[in-house]
Amino acid sequence: MISANLSAIFYLISGILFILALRGLSSPETSRQGNLFGILGMIIAITVTFLTVGNFSTSTIYVFIFLLVGGAIGAFIAFKIPMTAMPELVAGFHSLVGLAAVFVAISAFKNPEAFNLGIPGDIKLASLIEMSIGAAVGAITFSGSIIAFLKLRGIMSGSPITFTGQHIVNLLIGISIFVLIYFLCSSQSESFFWSMIAISFLIGVLLIIPIGGADMPVVISMLNSYSGWAAAGIGFTLENTALIITGALVGSSGAILSYIMCKGMNRSFFSVILGGFGGDANVSKDKKKDQKPVKSGNAEDAAFLLKNASSVIIVPGYGMAVAQAQHALREMVDTLKKNDIKVSYAVHPVAGRMPGHMNVLLAEANVPYDEVFELDDINNDFANTDVAFVIGANDVTNPVAKTDPQSPIFGMPVLDVEKCKSVLFVKRSLSPGYAGVDNELFYRENTMMLFADAKKMTEDIVKNI
Amino acid sequence: MEIDPFIFRFSIFILAIFVGYYVVWSVTPSLHTPLMSVTNAISSVIIVGAIIAALAGSSENIFEISSIFGFLAIVLAAVNIFGGFLVTQRMLQMYKKKKKNK
Repeated sequence: MISANLSAIFYLISGILFILALRGLSSPETSRQGNLFGILGMIIAITVTFLTVGNFSTSTIYVFIFLLVGGAIGAFIAFKIPMTAMPELVAGFHSLVGLAAVFVAISAFKNPEAFNLGIPGDIKLASLIEMSIGAAVGAITFSGSIIAFLKLRGIMSGSPITFTGQHIVNLLIGISIFVLIYFLCSSQSESFFWSMIAISFLIGVLLIIPIGGADMPVVISMLNSYSGWAAAGIGFTLENTALIITGALVGSSGAILSYIMCKGMNRSFFSVILGGFGGDANVSKDKKKDQKPVKSGNAEDAAFLLKNASSVIIVPGYGMAVAQAQHALREMVDTLKKNDIKVSYAVHPVAGRMPGHMNVLLAEANVPYDEVFELDDINNDFANTDVAFVIGANDVTNPVAKTDPQSPIFGMPVLDVEKCKSVLFVKRSLSPGYAGVDNELFYRENTMMLFADAKKMTEDIVKNI
Repeated sequence: MEIDPFIFRFSIFILAIFVGYYVVWSVTPSLHTPLMSVTNAISSVIIVGAIIAALAGSSENIFEISSIFGFLAIVLAAVNIFGGFLVTQRMLQMYKKKKKNK
């Protein structure tokens, strides 16, 4: 058994190691070392906890068994999961953090002596508030992430679910959580504790169902942030520095990512949270429009254009992930490079279903990360480029965002692909993207539509070059 | 007058938010997915609470209500810790500088 002061110092060290883990991610070169710091921090935190409790009874064996069971499941998932499924994996993992926070809060409520928080029925007021907040945020994170997971996995439709009075219902439920916490603190009654958790689960569901598929990058980042605040709430209850530091880090990290994603869509955080964007209503409106002429081509035409270009920019999007076309794409680029064609990749901040989604897929296909550029770094290059190859992206290339103030996506930063001499647009149909907006680019003089599955089309182009 | 220890913890919390703010802004956008998976792994340090709860059971009754929830939380957090760090490592391996095979 080690003293409380010594263990506090060790927890501080593991908190610092976690900061270094995030710091490492500032460049791919240092990132792997950063991850090792994170693992080390976790090992220290867990070891110190065992030494502090110092009670090596039969329970310890069970703790190890459960630790290994969970660890084996986690390791199995980590090795098996395809990179295209990262968004739902992350959503699933967030739900586990949330539920773990709820369970720890329940344990602390049922057995406060173990945590030095008082005795059942007479828990210290501050601790009670802290554990309630931790449990409530944890429960919201859990049920919200489950909904996000189901939507990303396609088990649940990605279109928003809305009903009248939704915001008022949510507001009332939100207020009732605080009311229940108040009653819990004044009465210490268990029934208030359980109903508060139940209602938090409910609000988590209600918060996420109205948010559409294209807003998922924001939702995932937001839930990331919530899982951090839940951990911090529990950290205060347990008076544990490592947990407080981590909670604050994760909370602010998720908040920043949400901000970056909202900015990438030119939407305010609140309009995303209130939801209802990208519904079927928008889509049906566009259907009424007259069919405009579209130039379409096949793999041979595309191969001809690409072969005769001297520079090409690839614009990947969610469709590439769905079709698993990243390897075929990389093969195509290799062939182009052999013909001395300059190729780079342009990634929009909200391409895909989570922050950095495209970058991971391209990295998986062995695309060197210094060929992949962010929106601001590459947008001026389109004007001097021969061919833009848009594969699975849609809304992020729509020039309407710059020209039509009536459009729901007006003001969203977009990639200026239309400035290229020619645009090759791989897509299965002319259907609008998730924002429900028709893409003007389809009807441009210099656009050639390639109607096919992204992977198959890319493979066919390779054959024809 | 003595300062409540809560204030100290609260100060740590606020300072850590600021540290997080600056550290996360310096994360390169291409690593945002690994950022999410690693933050997920580290937030599972909540396992320390689960371990305390699980070990609190008396020797006659290892599985009382509070320790059962502790054990469950250990499983959940362990899935996250192993899964989160390993999947991050797997992703970061792919960002290795490739030798140009020309």
